[in-house]
Amino acid sequence: MSAAVQSPIAISVVGLRAPWDEKPMSRATPQRTDEELVEAVAGADEDALGELYDRFGKVAYGLAYKILQDAALAEDAVQEAFLQIWRGAGSYRPERAKASTWLLTFVHRRAVDLVRREQTRRTSPVVGEPQGSDPGADEAAVARSRREIVQDALRRLPAEQREPIELAYYAGLTQSELAERLEQPLGTIKSRMFAGLERLRVLLAEAGYETA
Amino acid sequence: MSSDPHDLLAAYALDALDDDERDRFERHLADCEDCSEQLALLREPVAALAYAAEGPVPRKELRDRIIESARAEPRAAVIKLPRRNWALGAVAGVAAAAAALAIGLGLWANSLSNSLDHERSTKSALDRILTENATAKPLIGANGSLIVNRNGRAAIIVCGLADAPSAKTYEAWVITGNSPKPAGLFKGGSGCSPVLLTQRVPNNATVAVTLERAGGAASPTLPILFRAEAT
Repeated sequence: MSAAVQSPIAISVVGLRAPWDEKPMSRATPQRTDEELVEAVAGADEDALGELYDRFGKVAYGLAYKILQDAALAEDAVQEAFLQIWRGAGSYRPERAKASTWLLTFVHRRAVDLVRREQTRRTSPVVGEPQGSDPGADEAAVARSRREIVQDALRRLPAEQREPIELAYYAGLTQSELAERLEQPLGTIKSRMFAGLERLRVLLAEAGYETA
Repeated sequence: MSSDPHDLLAAYALDALDDDERDRFERHLADCEDCSEQLALLREPVAALAYAAEGPVPRKELRDRIIESARAEPRAAVIKLPRRNWALGAVAGVAAAAAALAIGLGLWANSLSNSLDHERSTKSALDRILTENATAKPLIGANGSLIVNRNGRAAIIVCGLADAPSAKTYEAWVITGNSPKPAGLFKGGSGCSPVLLTQRVPNNATVAVTLERAGGAASPTLPILFRAEAT
């Protein structure tokens, strides 16, 4: 048999793949770490930006929505934060923070800046989809367990530490506003926030948060 | 309120400072290595709080909006040089002849593109600058050169610039007359890094670099760390 006849057969055999050989693509493709994605974004890689959004867009939006209580403003905050990430990825230093921490810092700051600018806390109808329609059940489960761990750790903080932390982080209050609202001297507020965050760090570590 | 700035770490990590307090604290942070380390420890539990927020799911359109707006944005791409690139360091350190620099960079850029696909666009932008009658000017205040081609496309090659402090970034500016235009962000680091400028550099413009808050600023915060004159 000549090579000319053989080659199409060879190709078709190589091209054939038994169904039982196939692994799901999402498992077989090696995933880039969050840090590698940020580095790629620094090199103007749009796909990497999209992938970062796929990983953190939901938690970013949930956070921005909780702070702003407004779907349109929350979208603006997330969009602006991701643009800051796009512009500033070159200044990310992996030895200083996990990429997720770095990214969520932008989202939080943007949302807090916006809520302070808005002042008025109006609510508009939620345009988002219900949680149930989510693709990626695994991912949702991871997010849920993470949420439960953090919520549980928060509950275990003494109220005097939890209150200023929650009001600062989720409502965007400044430390002076906290002192006024909680009727405590500024110095007390500062030390309670510090002690609370330290305690939270320990509680999260004990709950295995890193690997959650 | 004149207290120890270290008191403000937790409030800063929680974004519970007003604008003035935040600016003051960030100025302190830039020089306080101890604060940066402590802040890094506090950042993790603070970021964890984001996961405890229960909000609705974003609309699908948000993803497209973000990608489109990123695409529309001119920005500087920073390429990290391999450590072994002693040749570039040597030529960038002096006001090298443009031709010699072009050859050195061209060789380097070619070797880079083979290993790092995603930086290819930066490489080709750099190629364009270098192949079109580029001239090199020395940086004043830092080790390196400003390279401008005849169309005004430009890159800064800067060597041995300390890493920008946490929460800070280097920002390049193109100054013509009295109006500075932001021209890209970068973080410095050991070795030599080419930074493509997002603004064209006309004749007689000054290119200057300042230290800004992460994310960049709309107008430069003095002092100018280093600069170069395009003539």
